[in-house]
Amino acid sequence: MAAQNFRHALFCAIVTLIIAYPILGLNLEARGIDITLTGADTFTVVMVFIAAVVVFAFQLFRDGIMETFKSLPGLRSGGAHKEPMAENRRARIESWVITGIVVLALFWPFFVSRGSVDLATLVLIYVILALGLNVVVGLAGLLDLGYVAFYAVGAYTFALLSEYLGVSFWLALPIGALLAALFGLVLGFPVLRLRGDYLAIVTLGFGEIIRILLNNWTSLTGGPNGIGGIPDPTLFGMEFGRRVKEEGNVSFHETFGIAYAGEHKVIFLYLIALVLAVFTALVIRRFMRMPVGRAWEALREDEIAARSLGMSRTAVKLSAFTIGAFFAGFAGTVFASKQGFISPESFVFLESAIILAIVVLGGMGSQIGVILAAVAVTILPELAREFSEYRMLIFGAAMVLMMVWRPQGLMPMRRIHIELKGQE
Amino acid sequence: MLVVDNIHTHYGKIEALHGVSVEVNKGEIVSLIGANGAGKTTLLMSVCGNPQASSGRILLEGRDITTAPTAEIMRSGIAIVPEGRRVFPGLTVEENLHMGGFFNTKSEIQKSLEHVYELFPRLKEREHQRAGTMSGGEQQMLAIGRALMSRPRMIILDEPSLGLAPIIIAQIFEIIGQLRDEGITVFLVEQNAHQALSLADRGYVLETGRIRLHDTGKNLLANPEIREAYLGG
Repeated sequence: MAAQNFRHALFCAIVTLIIAYPILGLNLEARGIDITLTGADTFTVVMVFIAAVVVFAFQLFRDGIMETFKSLPGLRSGGAHKEPMAENRRARIESWVITGIVVLALFWPFFVSRGSVDLATLVLIYVILALGLNVVVGLAGLLDLGYVAFYAVGAYTFALLSEYLGVSFWLALPIGALLAALFGLVLGFPVLRLRGDYLAIVTLGFGEIIRILLNNWTSLTGGPNGIGGIPDPTLFGMEFGRRVKEEGNVSFHETFGIAYAGEHKVIFLYLIALVLAVFTALVIRRFMRMPVGRAWEALREDEIAARSLGMSRTAVKLSAFTIGAFFAGFAGTVFASKQGFISPESFVFLESAIILAIVVLGGMGSQIGVILAAVAVTILPELAREFSEYRMLIFGAAMVLMMVWRPQGLMPMRRIHIELKGQE
Repeated sequence: MLVVDNIHTHYGKIEALHGVSVEVNKGEIVSLIGANGAGKTTLLMSVCGNPQASSGRILLEGRDITTAPTAEIMRSGIAIVPEGRRVFPGLTVEENLHMGGFFNTKSEIQKSLEHVYELFPRLKEREHQRAGTMSGGEQQMLAIGRALMSRPRMIILDEPSLGLAPIIIAQIFEIIGQLRDEGITVFLVEQNAHQALSLADRGYVLETGRIRLHDTGKNLLANPEIREAYLGG
């Protein structure tokens, strides 16, 4: 036992060295046209060795350390056995906390920097996307790898409508969402009979088709050059620019007699995204409690059983695809407006993968978990900017660790049920 | 109640049923026995429209359902307990039962729920337990209970004794008899020939896609050929 522990610990330490030393201990520097390899300073090297020693010591005494952790009170209690009353109270507290967070989020942008508000808007767009994909993947159990296509449809709908027809944000928002929903419906038909891996491949292909179409239909979409000059949303006809762009509109700062500030527009966009995110969450929550929501879950749990009870596979799958796509269209329209410029570059497969990662990390089917994960996945890479080139490495490692330790996600979906004390 | 008239069913190019005719009258228990691969499940699936029979007719209470979509068939007074139980493992017992009454009103569900708990007191005890954590016998009870939730006039059971202990099998068959007494028509597909035939009013023996024998349950049990082939001499 002891010898085995020692060997395992030694192995771990060596792996630490092998990974850490080349990354931290060696630097590639460009001198003119050549690249030279230089060793890092002594301090870094010493730190790497100390890290290896720490890993070695931890692995050697792992059993003992884990024992102490387990015996710490309070870590393992909680969750399992709760009286119905406690469960009820918990739900009530939860809804108060969420309301509080939303109210805070409403006022928060007025006190922070423009950059943070901008980032927060992006987070909210991802929240909408993840909540939408959660319907398809988390609830209905249909693995969709091409979700970004619907996002692109929403964004391009707004961009094209405004470029060719001068349609405003508010009109484009429902049109974009409905068009995306229509695309969801269209995609739904060929994949009705497919499941699991096959479904994933077909949706992946669909996502690529949309992107390639946008990339190559140069006469309409401008191809790789994208579409620029997408207008900002207006508030009851008031524009947020320094000068009014469109005849008949007035500007926001002149109407209210305040000085022009670039922040107004950013904050306004943030608030729109916030309202849409809350709207998305509430609507989907409602769906989850309706028969259609239960049908999604039944289909996910066991397709044959669901069909034996008279549920129509067609209707259930199509509704999931359509509703999921609808919200992606929402997010796309907001995204187009926020960026002011879109190109097919923004809708690559990686985006689909990230949104899917958010849903899986958050806990399939759990709304709060998915929202938390969307925040984490969008903000973490920004916070880790100091680590620059190791950013994606850290991000990837975090995902791997997460899946090993908490495969059910940050906050797994909690079904509404109670467990009584004293029942085995 | 249910008339299957000379149906042929194909999986791709392979014909699994070569002209099968079965009749189930109102209020009786009819057993279908046969070895592995004889086409028992295929026959049931054809009744449910998945896959649909390529020729022949299937009538449910006089209505032609041969080409009706599965979802519609399953909502027209017939319920199936699929092979291998197929309960929703992540849902609680109660939620599973609610799923069975998916197309019924709340008050109907409440009534059916009480009825099912009366038939299976065990399920009442496990009301809030996840179905996936229950034993095989309990899951089979749940599968039958779930099928009953839609208040069917006819229930089809596909191998309800599969993988269960003899004592549990006896309980399940007792319940099946009880269902008939309540006026529900039962079509039972089984490999467990002895029990299936002793309970049944009539029985069919299916062999490689054809009906080989058809008689009352008693006569089939006494038939030397059947004893030889299905009851171990």
